[in-house]
Amino acid sequence: MSTNPIARFFRWFFYRARGDSPFKTILIHFALIISCVIAVYPVLRVVTISLRPNDTLLTTDLRIIPENATLNNYKEVLFGAPEKNRQSDFFLWIWNSISVVAVTSVVSVILAAISAYAFSRFRFPGRSAGLVFLLTTQMIPAGMLLLPLFIMIAKLKMINTSLGLIIAYAVTAVPLTIWMLKGYYDTIPVDLEEAALIDGASRLTVFTKIILPLSTPALAIAFLFSFMGGWSEYLVARVVLQKNGIYTWPLGIFTFAQEFTVSWGQFAAASVLIAIPVMALFLYSSKWLISGLTLGSVKG
Amino acid sequence: MENENFLRRNLPTILWIAVIASIYFVFSSLIAPFSGGITLNSKIVIERLQEIGGFLFAILGGLAIIEIYFYQIFFRQPLNRTATIITRVIHSALGLLTLTVIIYFFDLTDLIKLGDNAIGRFVNLPMDFYTNLQDFLISSKIATKDSGKMIAGIILSLGALALFAIIQLISKPKNSRAGLAYLLIMPAFIGVLFLIIYPFLFEIKLAFSNASLGTQATKNAEYGLIFGWENLKALFTGSVAKDAKFFEVFWRTILWTGINVTFHVLGGMGLAILLNRPLRFKGLYRTLLVIPWAIPTTIAAMALRNEFDSRYGLFNILLGNLNTWFTTVSQNTANIVGIGNGFAWLAATIGPVSWKQDPFWAFVSVLMANIWLGIPFMSVIILGGLQSISQEYYEAAEIDGATRWQQFRNITLPLLRPVLTPAIILGVVWTFNKFDIIYLITQGGPQEKTDILVSSMYKAAFQFYRYGFTAMFALVIFAILFVFTLIYLRTSGGLKSATE
Repeated sequence: MSTNPIARFFRWFFYRARGDSPFKTILIHFALIISCVIAVYPVLRVVTISLRPNDTLLTTDLRIIPENATLNNYKEVLFGAPEKNRQSDFFLWIWNSISVVAVTSVVSVILAAISAYAFSRFRFPGRSAGLVFLLTTQMIPAGMLLLPLFIMIAKLKMINTSLGLIIAYAVTAVPLTIWMLKGYYDTIPVDLEEAALIDGASRLTVFTKIILPLSTPALAIAFLFSFMGGWSEYLVARVVLQKNGIYTWPLGIFTFAQEFTVSWGQFAAASVLIAIPVMALFLYSSKWLISGLTLGSVKG
Repeated sequence: MENENFLRRNLPTILWIAVIASIYFVFSSLIAPFSGGITLNSKIVIERLQEIGGFLFAILGGLAIIEIYFYQIFFRQPLNRTATIITRVIHSALGLLTLTVIIYFFDLTDLIKLGDNAIGRFVNLPMDFYTNLQDFLISSKIATKDSGKMIAGIILSLGALALFAIIQLISKPKNSRAGLAYLLIMPAFIGVLFLIIYPFLFEIKLAFSNASLGTQATKNAEYGLIFGWENLKALFTGSVAKDAKFFEVFWRTILWTGINVTFHVLGGMGLAILLNRPLRFKGLYRTLLVIPWAIPTTIAAMALRNEFDSRYGLFNILLGNLNTWFTTVSQNTANIVGIGNGFAWLAATIGPVSWKQDPFWAFVSVLMANIWLGIPFMSVIILGGLQSISQEYYEAAEIDGATRWQQFRNITLPLLRPVLTPAIILGVVWTFNKFDIIYLITQGGPQEKTDILVSSMYKAAFQFYRYGFTAMFALVIFAILFVFTLIYLRTSGGLKSATE
């Protein structure tokens, strides 16, 4: 072992794999660093803008931490500006979003968990037709059913209520969740259930005591998926919700985001506040999210 | 002993409730000093919870009644002849009731128009009874105005439950193999019927109407084949939203889908191959590269929109800096033939671009944004596929003297196919339908030169209020995707394996 720190670092950094030469390793690192910069820099720019004081919003400065950085924008987004007689809707928007998306996700996961079990374990007339049908619904453009749904919601007098949005979001959430969970249940050995059934357990016991605990990861993924799907949705929400009091946050921050104005700094601050927890959750769960994505298509 | 068990068994639940409650209290006490500037207050929270709770209660109650109904059909057998008759009568009565409610719903939402004839009045009977019951409850002070609906609903459900109890008493258990499966899929299936099939039928109906803002949507709309023909003709000959023509937008959609998916797959493949080897800082790279996927699309789109600003946006600042640099270099190297001219040419060509006014650059800007957003997803999927390929193949190929390209061609690509094909198909369908980026960045402008089919359709519906036209438009888009899917299924051997 060499004790020369440079040589040790060299060996540590360039540990050989598949015969990559040090030069090639450096090239690969270089390419990856460039890609990372491209991936991250536009996001960092949002942070930069949120830190700018209002009088220097318009600048061609490219630094990440701007001059005279201030947290004023965050304060105004979160708590309003009583001295300017402006109130903050930020928490209201977050609450609106959470209440809509959480209900959609919970309901669709419960419905899907039950029916996916039937699709996975029972053979009944109409089974494969039902599965193909659920898959076909994924081919329907999201925007396509928007118009009839909009008219339906309007006739039921649910425009400008969160219930209308819950209905609209459930359209996409339910079929996909059924497919995902069915794919997961298929991987749980049937022997477990048969053993329990022989021992005198009822189907309900089997489902709640064996299937549900074993599929907790899949249920969590399904929940996350429908949550993420609805969480940052803009276009449907724009149609269904038309007054400020019940805006979800994408609609809300869009009111900030009209070109480069004073509120542009607030838009950036609000974005950072919303994006950080979401991104943390996403990065934390991305491993499972990916396995969830491939679940449905493993057999296809 | 029992009590201790109970505590121990439910400890996690209790802890979770405690954690959530304490977060709530800490949070509310933290923002309490600022509550003057915040519009959210506990009244709004409680009102929303009541609204949603009532809604869920109604849905679950309705589903439960339907489930019990079908449970008795599948799993109960009447004891004797009289019982059979009673059961049949109750079941048909309840079935008829449900049917009238469904037809009433169709009538309410204008799928069918019954008007004021005998059928219309008959269909309205259950609903009239329900409203009368509500009025009665309110006037007799049993219920308040807010709770009237719910209490009336509960009373009606109790009535239904009483009928079910009668059937239960006069019947014996029966075995049914498929029954349980049907009971299990029923709730989700009712949801899908209500949310997908019904709107789809409605869309077909709308496509053959002249519904628009002028007819107050469906209220005064007229229906007929002639309107469908006119909508179809308007779609292919007239403008789809305001200026753009159908085929222009159609080809742009193909271009949009093709370019996006190509770049997603190539970029994703490149990053995945770079990352699929032992490498220092691999975890860090992976985390950073996933960020465009992790950031909420709405935020990314709105942030990027301003980066395309002609003066203060990132891209024009960078291009401007490049331009200045090229100009200086070309001045310094002016007397070196070739190089000087080359830099002068670069300085003349590369410079700030009007991303918002120039249709070409506007399209490039939305493409850039969507490619940036989509590459991480593909690279993660492909990396997953690459990691499942055993290293032994490559070792064997190396011994046989295969070059890196040959290894990629003959090992990597074929083994990636099961992962890559569905990813590409899904990518095509998603990109074809994905217009939030376009809508948020350019709103289709300038002069609808960046619109794709779906975004034109959205505009036709919600900016120009051409409802009948939009419905026909939607059907045509659906047909296009359907043909694409059929071709894919034909070539890939169908869905057999997925649904076995």
